[in-house]
Amino acid sequence: MARAKAVSREGLRQRVEELSGESVFACYQCGMCSAGCPYAEEMDRLPSQVIRDLQLDDPTLLDSNAMWVCASCLACEVRCPKGVDLAKLMEALRQIHLRATLDRVSLDRLSKDEIRELPQIALVASLRKKTG
Amino acid sequence: MSGLAYFPGCSLKDDAKRYEDAALFVMERLGAPLEELPKWTCCGTVYSLADDDLMHHVASVRNLVRTQETGADELVTLCAMCFNTLSRVAERVGADEEERTKINAFMDREPDYEGGIRVRHLLQVLRDTVGWESLSAATVRPLDGVNVAAYYGCTLVRPKEIGIDDSERPIVMADVVEAVGATPVAFPFEAECCGTYQIVDEPHLALEQSSRILRSALRAGADVVATACPLCQHNLERAAETLGADAEGIHVVYFTELLAAALGADEARLTPVVRALVAQAATAEGGA
Amino acid sequence: MADEKLTRIYIMGKAYDVPVGVTIMDAMEYAGYRFIRGAGCRSGFCGACGTVYRKAGEYRLEFVLACQEMVEEGMHLTQLPFTPAPRADYALDDLDPSENVLLQHYPEIARCVSCNTCTKACPQEIEVMDYVQAALRGDVARVAELSFDCIACGLCAMRCPADIKHYHVAQMARRLHSVAGSPTPEHLGARMNELDAGAFDDELDGLASMTLDELKAKYAQRVIEKAQEPATEEVAT
Repeated sequence: MARAKAVSREGLRQRVEELSGESVFACYQCGMCSAGCPYAEEMDRLPSQVIRDLQLDDPTLLDSNAMWVCASCLACEVRCPKGVDLAKLMEALRQIHLRATLDRVSLDRLSKDEIRELPQIALVASLRKKTG
Repeated sequence: MSGLAYFPGCSLKDDAKRYEDAALFVMERLGAPLEELPKWTCCGTVYSLADDDLMHHVASVRNLVRTQETGADELVTLCAMCFNTLSRVAERVGADEEERTKINAFMDREPDYEGGIRVRHLLQVLRDTVGWESLSAATVRPLDGVNVAAYYGCTLVRPKEIGIDDSERPIVMADVVEAVGATPVAFPFEAECCGTYQIVDEPHLALEQSSRILRSALRAGADVVATACPLCQHNLERAAETLGADAEGIHVVYFTELLAAALGADEARLTPVVRALVAQAATAEGGA
Repeated sequence: MADEKLTRIYIMGKAYDVPVGVTIMDAMEYAGYRFIRGAGCRSGFCGACGTVYRKAGEYRLEFVLACQEMVEEGMHLTQLPFTPAPRADYALDDLDPSENVLLQHYPEIARCVSCNTCTKACPQEIEVMDYVQAALRGDVARVAELSFDCIACGLCAMRCPADIKHYHVAQMARRLHSVAGSPTPEHLGARMNELDAGAFDDELDGLASMTLDELKAKYAQRVIEKAQEPATEEVAT
């Protein structure tokens, strides 16, 4: 496992806005994103709560599992009435971790049988979203 | 290049070979053969959503340069994920000259990408270039009575900027299977995420989602779910295995396999599942 | 002593004046460095002497073999005598060539972003990115074909942002291809049988028992195959 550097918790909202190019204050908390997210049940914070936490600049958001459960399906992006791309916000949160050399998927724990079964795009995409 | 410039993507050469084989046969029959792009490389799926991340677009741009070299102004893909990644990159660097210049400078051993390549999925080609009439005219084994749930997943229809059809209620694949005699069956989960790459390290997420999709298709009366992506296909097949008896009576195939069967592909080249559907159609035809 | 033309180079940051017209390896030894690692065949085949350099005034890094590349004025160089990239554990006979065993043993191949840095780092001018891509696709034959000239110097693996071990993947592909893909060399098998049957034992024993002078004499008198006489052209009558 690569040695992860400490993930800074300072100025989370600003870093996320820079990485994503999105403005979190455009969100008025209508909840459409949470309603349409297929994985909301598995998240410890709803998508609309994630963006609320960004508005409040809550550093504990970095410990949430929401960004890792997110599958970039873009249901949120396509439905937001204010045009906020929540998928980009999730990507920014992932990148903050991954750029500190954190790998969320461990290649060591992938067995040869598992790799044999998977189409290449599954591995390519998974490693792209979850390794730095 | 005489045919349509075709981008296979890594999975189409082994895991999803039958998706490709069927598509090549179909397009040959329709007089619009697919010609594989020379020296293509992995498209680098999925599209990187970080604003500053140019490196992860390089892979796609390289393929756009390859396309440019053939003189084609269009690239056709089978894999929905490749479609999404390539078209989003094409749009981004096509519009942003500064980024395009940076990427071209980085790829200093390649000709510069000038912009202007259009990326299309095969479904768009069938709808916009071949047309339903031609598809119907080429049908020799109409799939009468076969109820097909056309499953799109996310990457074909989202984001709207590159989507091949409406992001909530797409119809293009339904129209494709209808043109070859099958009965499209609408179901509410047709554009819901299959779980995609979560199958690698959080498989339960993908399997739960894919199971919901299968159950929805079953409830709508489908005999078969048609896919356009090797990963959707994989996840739905795995969900069917987990569901076991609950998924009895439903199969998952690539839409091109259905088309190949309808357009007269040698039965020996069809999978047992597709052969069974052909047999079912033959009975329906001969029936009342 | 004749006037030697000298040129200024920098070895690990320290300046040296070394003779013009020698290889980097010779120049380093001239400067007083003694190789106990990072030198091998000295003929461009073993891959031990991977070297990175930059010319003064340029920003690009170049990648060469010290035993092959000549020194140039203003070269700033260092060596990479070892790449810590352990090989995957496998038994060739246990591998099923119809599966993508390359990806199974080296899943990091899927992290390739097609940046082409590996190709640029290769002193053998191999299309490294292309063979990694072929490996991702499961095209073992193509990996074997493209990587033929690889000497496992490790420079590609050192530069790769995805931490792929290109040369290990390539070696696995070549071994797999030779076992499962390429035609069996019948003539080699036949010769091996001849050897096992002792067909050359007498000749070898004879050579082994000769003195140095006898060997030298025999070598000097060896028969060099005559060039074939050109066939007489048949003249039409």
